[in-house]
Amino acid sequence: MSLHRSSMNRKCLAALGAALLAAFCLPAQAALRVLACEPEWGALAQELGGPLVEVSVATSALQDPHQIQAKPSLIARARNADLLVCTGAELEIGWLPVLLAHSGNARVQAGQSGNFAAADYVRKLDVPTRLDRAQGDVHAAGNPHIQTDPRNIALVAVALAARLAQIDPPHAADYAQRQADFSRRWQQAMTRWEAQAAPLKGLAVVSQHKAFVYLYDWLGMQEVAVLEPKPGVEPTAAHLQAVQTALKSMPARMVLYAAYQDARPSEWLSRNVGLAAVKVPFTVGGTEAAKDLFGLFDDTLARLLAAAGGQP
Amino acid sequence: MVPNMHKNPPASLGLVAAFSFLALALPPPAQAQTADAAEIQRLRQDIDALRASYETRLQALERRLQAAEAAGQSAASAPAPVAAASADVSPAAPAPLPAAVGGANAFNPAVSLILSGLYARTSRDPDRYAIGGFALPPDAEIGPGRRGFSLAETELGFTASIDPWFQGAAYIALAPDNSVSVEGAYIQTTGLGHGLTLKAGRFYSSVGYLNAQHAHAWDFVDAPLAYQAMLGRQYTDDGVQLKWLAPTDAFIEIGLELGRGLSFPGNGDSRNGAGMVALSAHTGGDIGDSHSWRAGVSVLDAKASGQTLQGLDAAGDETSGEFSGRTRVWIADAVWKWAPNGNAARTSFTLQGEYLRSRRDGDLMDESGGVAGYRPAQSGWYLQGVYQFMPRWRVGLRAERLRGDDSGPFALAGHHPRKNSLMLDYRPSEFSRLRLQFAQDRSSPAGKDNQVFLQYQMSLGAHGAHSY
Repeated sequence: MSLHRSSMNRKCLAALGAALLAAFCLPAQAALRVLACEPEWGALAQELGGPLVEVSVATSALQDPHQIQAKPSLIARARNADLLVCTGAELEIGWLPVLLAHSGNARVQAGQSGNFAAADYVRKLDVPTRLDRAQGDVHAAGNPHIQTDPRNIALVAVALAARLAQIDPPHAADYAQRQADFSRRWQQAMTRWEAQAAPLKGLAVVSQHKAFVYLYDWLGMQEVAVLEPKPGVEPTAAHLQAVQTALKSMPARMVLYAAYQDARPSEWLSRNVGLAAVKVPFTVGGTEAAKDLFGLFDDTLARLLAAAGGQP
Repeated sequence: MVPNMHKNPPASLGLVAAFSFLALALPPPAQAQTADAAEIQRLRQDIDALRASYETRLQALERRLQAAEAAGQSAASAPAPVAAASADVSPAAPAPLPAAVGGANAFNPAVSLILSGLYARTSRDPDRYAIGGFALPPDAEIGPGRRGFSLAETELGFTASIDPWFQGAAYIALAPDNSVSVEGAYIQTTGLGHGLTLKAGRFYSSVGYLNAQHAHAWDFVDAPLAYQAMLGRQYTDDGVQLKWLAPTDAFIEIGLELGRGLSFPGNGDSRNGAGMVALSAHTGGDIGDSHSWRAGVSVLDAKASGQTLQGLDAAGDETSGEFSGRTRVWIADAVWKWAPNGNAARTSFTLQGEYLRSRRDGDLMDESGGVAGYRPAQSGWYLQGVYQFMPRWRVGLRAERLRGDDSGPFALAGHHPRKNSLMLDYRPSEFSRLRLQFAQDRSSPAGKDNQVFLQYQMSLGAHGAHSY
C-alpha cells in the first residue's frame, strides 16, 4: 500500500514537474514573435501581422542605432524570436552579430528565413566608391537609413509580408490581405505627402548626420553640408566653422537632426547662421506625433514645412 | 534567402575595395570659392532638374509595379503564390556594389587588427614586482610590464561563418618580444537551437565579467590585481564550452566548460580527463530605458601537478615550491550601466565589480624536497566606475583590495595588497582610443609603486563587436 502510494506520489510529482517544465519552456502564446531592430520595422511588422504577431523592438527612437550594445535583455529576446526584422546594410554590424552568436537560436541566424534585412529590398544611396575608414564610419552597402523614404517602406512591406507568410504558412492569406490593405493606405498617404511637400522641392538644407539622404531623394531636397566632419564622427568646432563659412556662399534654409542626436551642433549653426534647426523624428517614436509609420511622415513633413514656411 | 548573404562579406569586400583601382576620391566638403559659387549653384540646379525628371519617371514606374504586385497578392488566396511573389519582388533594384563580389577571395574571413602601444613610468623596478601573499608561476603576467616605450599586444583576428551550422574565429597575438601565440581559436555552433551554443577550441572562459572580454575592450590599461593573482591575468583554456540560454524574457545564461587546465591556476599537464571544469550562471536585464545590468556567479576548478610557485616569505625573501593539487576559484560579478534613454552618445556611466575567492587544496614540495599539505584561501575584489562626461571623453576610477594566503609558507600576516587607478580616455572615433592612467599600487610589501601609463589602442579592418 505504502509502496503503491509512493509510486502514485512519484507519478504525480513527475506530472507536475513536466507541467511546470512545459509552462516554463513554452510560454502560452501562439503569436509569431518578431524582434525588430529599429522602431520603424517594429511598426511595420505590427501593421502587417496585426494580432498574429507579438512585436518587440530592440532600440528606441532616442538611441543611435549604430551604437547599441548587445545587452542581456536583447540577447534574451533574440533567443526567443521567430523572426528578426532589421535594417541590414551594416547598420547593426556592431551588435547584431553578437546577439546572434549568443542567442542559441537557429531560426534567426544570417541566411535563415527568420532573419530579414530590409535594406536588401531597396535601392541604396551613398554607396561608397572607396572603402576607407579615413572617410569615417562608412557602410560598404550604402547609406542604411532607408526608412526616411516612404517608397522604401512600401517596398519593404511587400517583402516583409511575404517573409511572414513564409514563416507562418497557415496565416499566409492573412498577411497577404493585411499587406494589400496597408499598401493601399500607404499609397494614398504618399500621394497626399507628395502634394504637401511640393514647397520643399529644391530646398537647400544642412544635415547633422548623413541620415536623411533617402528623404532628400524622395522630396527633391538638396543637402549642401553635413555637420559631422565624417560619418559617425561627432561635429567639431573647426568643422562647424567651416560649414558656417561655406553656407555664406551657398545658403541653406534649415538644418536637420534626428531625435536621437545631440541638438547642440544644429542649434549652434541655427544661432550663428540664422537658419531653422529642425528635429526630425527619424523613426516611429522620435516625437510625440510620430506614433506610427503614418504619423512618422505626417510629423516629418509638418516640421519641414513649418521650417520652410518661416523666414530664414 | 539569398539577399541575406550581403551581410557576411563586407570585410573582404572592404579589402578588395580598398585596393581597388576604381577608387575615386570623394568630393571635397562643401567649401566652394565665393567667385564660383553662383555658377556651381546654377550647375547643381541643372543637375537636380535633370535628376528630378528621371526620379519622377522612376517613381511612376515603381508605383505601377507596386500596384501590380498588390493586385496580384490580394487576388492570390493560396499561400503558395505569396512565396513566389516574394521571389519576384525581392530586390527592387539590386544595389550597385562598388567592387565586384566574387572570385576565390570573396569568402575570405572578416579580418581585424588591433594595434596598441604603451608608455609606462613606474617608481619601482617592474622586474622585482610581486603581489605579497600570492605565490605564482615564474612566468606569471603580473605588474606593469616594461618601463618606457613598448609595443603592447598586436592582435590579428579572423572570423567567418563556416557553413550553416558553424562559425569560426581565430585571434593571433603578436607579443612585443616578437613571439606569436594563439590567443583564441575556436569553432562555435549556430544551428543547435533551444538556446544552446557549443564552442570548442581555445577561448577565454566565460567565468566572471572581464574574463570573457579581449583585453583591448577593458576600461583600464591592466587587468585587476585579483585577475592577475588568481586567474593568471585572464583564464584561457583548450576545451569545450556549452552555454544554455533560458527561454525566458529575463536573461538567464548557464555555461559549462571542460578544459585541459592549460593556464594558471592549472598547468596543463597531460591527462585523459578534464584538467579544468568551470560553471557559470549569469542573469541580467533592463530597468527602464536608461539602465541595464548583468550579474552572476562562477566557479572554476583547475588541477595542477608539479606547478612551480614563487612568492615572498614572511621575512620578505623570495621562496618557491612545487604545488600539486587543485585550485577552486569562486567569482561573483556585477555590472550596471546607465545612459540617458539608453543613448550613450553624450553621457554614460558604468559601475562594475567582481569578487574572487580562491582555495588551493594539495601538497607543496619546498626547495629542500619536503612535502607538506598546502590549503590556503585567498580573496580579492575590485570596484570601478567609468563616466563619460562628454562625447568621446571618459574618466574612470578603480579601487582594488586583496587578501593573500591565509596559511602556508607564502602567507604574509598583516599585508593586504591594494591599488587605486585613475584613467582618462579619449576616443576620436569608434575605432581609436588614447588613454592616460595613473595608479598607486601597494601590492608589494616593500612599499608603493606609482605608475603612469599612456596608451593607444586602434582597431583596423572588420567592425568591432559592441559586447556588453
